[in-house]
Amino acid sequence: MGYTPVKFYQTGTHTIGNRLLPADARTVQSDDDRANALSCGHRACQGCGEALGARYAVDAAMRAVGGDLVAANATGCLEVFSTPYPETSWQIPWIHSLFGNAPAIATGLAAAMKAKGKATRVIAQGGDGGTTDIGFGCLSGMFERNDDVLYICYDNEAYMNTGVQRSSATPPAARTATTPALGAAPGNVFGQGKDVPRIALAHEIPYVATATVANLRDLEAKVTHAMSLHGARYIHVLVPCPLGWGTASHDTIKIARLAVETGLFPVFEGGNGDVTGVLKIRAKRPVEEYLKPQKRFAHLFKDATGAATIARLQAIADRNIARYGLIDPAAEV
Amino acid sequence: MLKQIEGSRAVAETVALCRPEVVCAYPISPQTHIVEAVGELVKSGALAPCEYINVESEFAAMSVAIGASAAGARAYTATASQGLLFMVEAIYNASGLGLPIVMTVANRAIGAPINIWNDHSDALSQRDSGWIQLFAETNQEAADLHIQAFRLAEALCLPVMVCMDGFILTHAYERVDLPTQQQVDAFLPRYEPRQVLDPLDPVTIGAMVGPEAFTEVRYLAHYRQEQALEMIPEIATNFTAAFGRDSGGLVRPYRLEDAETVVLALGSVLGTIKDVIDEMRDAGVKIGVLGIVSYRPFPAEAIRAAMSHAKRWVVVEKALAVGMGGVVSTDVRMALDPALHQVGTAAIAGLGGRAITKDSLRRLFDTVVDGTAEPLHFLDLNLPVVKHELERMGSLRRSGPIAENLLKHLGAVAARIA
Repeated sequence: MGYTPVKFYQTGTHTIGNRLLPADARTVQSDDDRANALSCGHRACQGCGEALGARYAVDAAMRAVGGDLVAANATGCLEVFSTPYPETSWQIPWIHSLFGNAPAIATGLAAAMKAKGKATRVIAQGGDGGTTDIGFGCLSGMFERNDDVLYICYDNEAYMNTGVQRSSATPPAARTATTPALGAAPGNVFGQGKDVPRIALAHEIPYVATATVANLRDLEAKVTHAMSLHGARYIHVLVPCPLGWGTASHDTIKIARLAVETGLFPVFEGGNGDVTGVLKIRAKRPVEEYLKPQKRFAHLFKDATGAATIARLQAIADRNIARYGLIDPAAEV
Repeated sequence: MLKQIEGSRAVAETVALCRPEVVCAYPISPQTHIVEAVGELVKSGALAPCEYINVESEFAAMSVAIGASAAGARAYTATASQGLLFMVEAIYNASGLGLPIVMTVANRAIGAPINIWNDHSDALSQRDSGWIQLFAETNQEAADLHIQAFRLAEALCLPVMVCMDGFILTHAYERVDLPTQQQVDAFLPRYEPRQVLDPLDPVTIGAMVGPEAFTEVRYLAHYRQEQALEMIPEIATNFTAAFGRDSGGLVRPYRLEDAETVVLALGSVLGTIKDVIDEMRDAGVKIGVLGIVSYRPFPAEAIRAAMSHAKRWVVVEKALAVGMGGVVSTDVRMALDPALHQVGTAAIAGLGGRAITKDSLRRLFDTVVDGTAEPLHFLDLNLPVVKHELERMGSLRRSGPIAENLLKHLGAVAARIA
């Protein structure tokens, strides 16, 4: 993660001090010549974390490779809101094929570039459903072959495009359309789901990272670093969804930050099987602070019966904190 | 150059002469020898530049081919049976996007019950997928059709399946005349894509299309298949001029002059059928054959013209539309002039690799000629076994799995030839 920490922030943001940095240390988004790869006019909801994450990630990738980039996209919100025919928000060569094959499409793109002797680089992107569920076979295949692709998963923890159904990235207790807040154990089931960043790491690929839209400098730096490498690379970005999570549009970044500061979403990077860096948190916040603003967890706060479930979620956060050594009183976050 | 060579090897060497730049490989019988042989040619450096990718599924194989083709590379893969079905979503996507991928289908039955042997259920299940489907009669034609397929695909921006009978062709060692690299290079121009992902000229491919344009996109796919009806015979003619032999085309008539009875079929069974027709012609029967090379697009006009003198017809088809009957015969019926009242039979034959023998065909054709054939006929159907199982199912609620019951009743007969 090679970026200058910005210490001049106000009201908890990291963006304001950017102007005080030397030009070459500033963010990609502050650059007048940024690619604007995902341009304005798309149909994403107000406060969409995925649109924000994609814009920063793809622009960073574009800058890292001098604009010589093509992208494959899985079916999902990002695909639908960006390309209502005959309009497109993509200012880069972009292909959408199917829900479950974006990694394989990207493999084909990379293979073609290699066969043709071109230096053009390839990214693929999808939501959590397209990545951790239906596209998982193709993703794992792309990883194990170490194909020259950066895959970016924008994780909003459910199938938002089809109306908020549970995916294997949906957290326990969360209400979705297929895990309603009903019965003895309302919301999504404990003990299910998969941790795809760790699974990616287990493929021994050169680079794996997690990030959130709460720290966009970190996301830019990780994408930039990923594009300096070759082989299969994976970045998993937590992108809150106001619609699916039942949060205010203006709270997207705040919610993402709380996911990090509670320990529920560990931000780390690594490669070749090992974790090499962790985004530390100064002091852990209780998970209630993250859960309470989200309507998908509202059933946990209706009466006293939710306390036990909240305790189980706290245990998950505590386990993450211990596993990744997240706490550092001197941390920036 | 003449070679005594396995069908799969002949196809692989011919595909290599077409200079594919990306080849995706996933094993499934009876296709596997083809991608193995292509892989050998890539690994040895004989085929270069070419990226050979061992994918994790047929769905990925077709998806990688889509990506490669969209980046402007000539892309090839091969599959069969369950593999073809596993990639169906991507098959429709490749044609919908208009990407000229060429794929060999080593035709094989579809389970359950699992069966590795030849019939046409796999390819025919994809008749509406938007792919051009060409059926080879011999290994020579299988090899030749691949050269024509790349040219056709790239001219029209439509993907092409070259279908060859699994085992019967793929695993048969026959004499095949393989062309030279110079001949193929002269016949097959470099691939110039209509659409390509190029950072110097960015385009969006695969956008969401609503009702305002979807019908038109589909119509243009149909229109290009109709163009293929013109182009397939042209390419076959050019092929003959360049390579000195006939291969491909829409249909292939055999002893059809004055034929009152016409036998139609796809693929390698045409060889056996022609032997039977020769014998019947020798006996004075006015019978002929119409081989269908291009199943999609379906050459309705060519079939109607070739059968204008026919009174009766039979399609020997290696697939079954369950609950309906014949697959190819339905299209043939639509192609014919209704005013001629030609009497047709769908003969379901060779399912799951059951041998189609001359004797069985002769018995079938005799009934077609004398007008006693049923509209739907199952060649060599073992009726006693069927009746036994039906009785069993009638008398027992928990009668068990049908396929296993039939095998138990038959005993260990393995691959019995009637």
